Amino acid sequence: MQTLDPLAGPIAPGVLSKTEQELRTAFLEEIERIPGGGRLNQCIQCGTCTASCPVSHAMDITPRQVIAMFRAGAIEELLESRTIWLCASCYHCTLRCPAQIQVTDLIYALKRIAIEEGIFPKRFPVHVMSETFTSNVKRYGRNYEVGLLLRYFLKTKPLGLFHRRRAGYALWRHGRIKLRPDKIRNIEQLQKIIAKAETFDLPQEKVAREKITAAVGYESIGR
Amino acid sequence: MDERYTYYPGCSLHATGIAYDKSMRAVFDKLGSNLAELDDWNCCGATAYMSVQKTVAFAVSARNLALAELAGDDVVAPCSACYYALKHTREGIADDPELRAQVEAALAEGGLEADFTVEVRHPLEVLLTDIGIPRLVAAQTNSLEEFRPACYYGCQIVRPFGAVEEDPELPMSMENLFTALGARPVDYPPKVRCCGGMLVATMPDVATDLSMDLVDWAIAREANCIVTVCPLCQSNLDLINVTKGTNGKSHQLPVLYFTQLIGLAIGCTPEEVGMGHALIPTSAKAPPVRGEPLTIAGLREG
Ligand code: SF4
Ligand code: SF4
Ligand code: SF4
Ligand code: SF4
Repeated sequence: MQTLDPLAGPIAPGVLSKTEQELRTAFLEEIERIPGGGRLNQCIQCGTCTASCPVSHAMDITPRQVIAMFRAGAIEELLESRTIWLCASCYHCTLRCPAQIQVTDLIYALKRIAIEEGIFPKRFPVHVMSETFTSNVKRYGRNYEVGLLLRYFLKTKPLGLFHRRRAGYALWRHGRIKLRPDKIRNIEQLQKIIAKAETFDLPQEKVAREKITAAVGYESIGR
Repeated sequence: MDERYTYYPGCSLHATGIAYDKSMRAVFDKLGSNLAELDDWNCCGATAYMSVQKTVAFAVSARNLALAELAGDDVVAPCSACYYALKHTREGIADDPELRAQVEAALAEGGLEADFTVEVRHPLEVLLTDIGIPRLVAAQTNSLEEFRPACYYGCQIVRPFGAVEEDPELPMSMENLFTALGARPVDYPPKVRCCGGMLVATMPDVATDLSMDLVDWAIAREANCIVTVCPLCQSNLDLINVTKGTNGKSHQLPVLYFTQLIGLAIGCTPEEVGMGHALIPTSAKAPPVRGEPLTIAGLREG
């Protein structure tokens, strides 16, 4: 299977469109970091992952299909799927996969690429949550739940805030909501650590791409 | 006795999971084990962080490990997400020299260093292996007879790293523990299913279905409470108590932490273990054991 991009002009069989190629390159760099990322070609399409997934019923692409589509080169569709935002990271698929494929970590990798590339379904703004979370940590060193939820709801669905008031009130009444964020003493130290670590995440590292390409079985598809 | 641990509460135990925090401290105190909060710990970076920036997530988490190494004792992380994040950081760094070098460079900016040898443990495993069921039974002052808990493990302490040595598909450690303390745990098939986790904020409908199902199972099995090991699981399931079901009524099933139940058994007061923070009050009682504490065959000697 192959995605045909009408704007990219005619593509010969086995040749990927330009965007697909770029996305795949980014993704291959990501899976380089996952232990056992090269095992993808061992998937036997048994569907154990889908059957074990608590949210597969709500997914547009099931975990088994994620592997199949990835091998077929349909990265763009995967990045646009709601599946990657629905995954609850419960690791049930990974635990049960007979081929020891790290399905959960692969979905994480897809999520990271989607965020980097700015591809996400407007109606499923999970990334806002991740980003709010990140900025909380940078500011306070700790995650401040109320701030996290407020900012998340205000940015994405102000109505959601209204519907949640019952839950919020119940928690507050039982002394479970903190109104002020905790801040760590040595926040400068944490910020320095984060700043340095960020330099490793941003640049596209030149990893041993050829090796991985071979491991995943891409050579047959061509690049 | 003289066990010493470095306690990593994580953000949620300071807010929504306050009852877990109180009961952890109360139980360890009662057992004479030293639980010292990690000084100036920062957020573990958990799952949401992981999906944005990978090296940053590892570095943030690694600061905690570096601080814990200075303290010297095993880290005890009660929140499943924190347990996973700290453990994942420790193992991930050990497996990947390139990542290790990057994390070390980041820590060095903050004047820290670490060799990532500090153990990361979950309190369930600590209470079962370091303290052990016999000592807990020996310390018992109150009967848990009235409790019929559905023991809920959730995801991250059984997968992908087993916090407790047992079958990840059918853990029995909490059942064994509470049976030894005289409670009557019910058979609870969905005990390792996911409650929806952070989806509760991002995709509430999907998450509510998952949590609702877990509560329905517990009710069908005639449990009179659910016992959890994770603050997010506890609040997800507890919030079902204020969510109306299809019949317009909400369930009323208390959701407790395993440490609260242990605390009640060994004589902590309900206040000490933070019973008042649950959205639904617990009606089952832990009356004082009269005369000899419960004897479980073979367990008292050990
Ligand atoms: S369980 Fe593993 S082998 Fe089976 S379909 Fe899923 S990824 Fe492939
Ligand atoms: S980790 Fe994600 S994909 Fe895998 S079973 Fe859990 S929710 Fe489904
Ligand atoms: S689990 Fe979440 S809230 Fe708790 S410390 Fe970790 S990241 Fe922060
Ligand atoms: S059961 Fe829920 S809270 Fe617990 S680890 Fe799974 S998703 Fe997280």
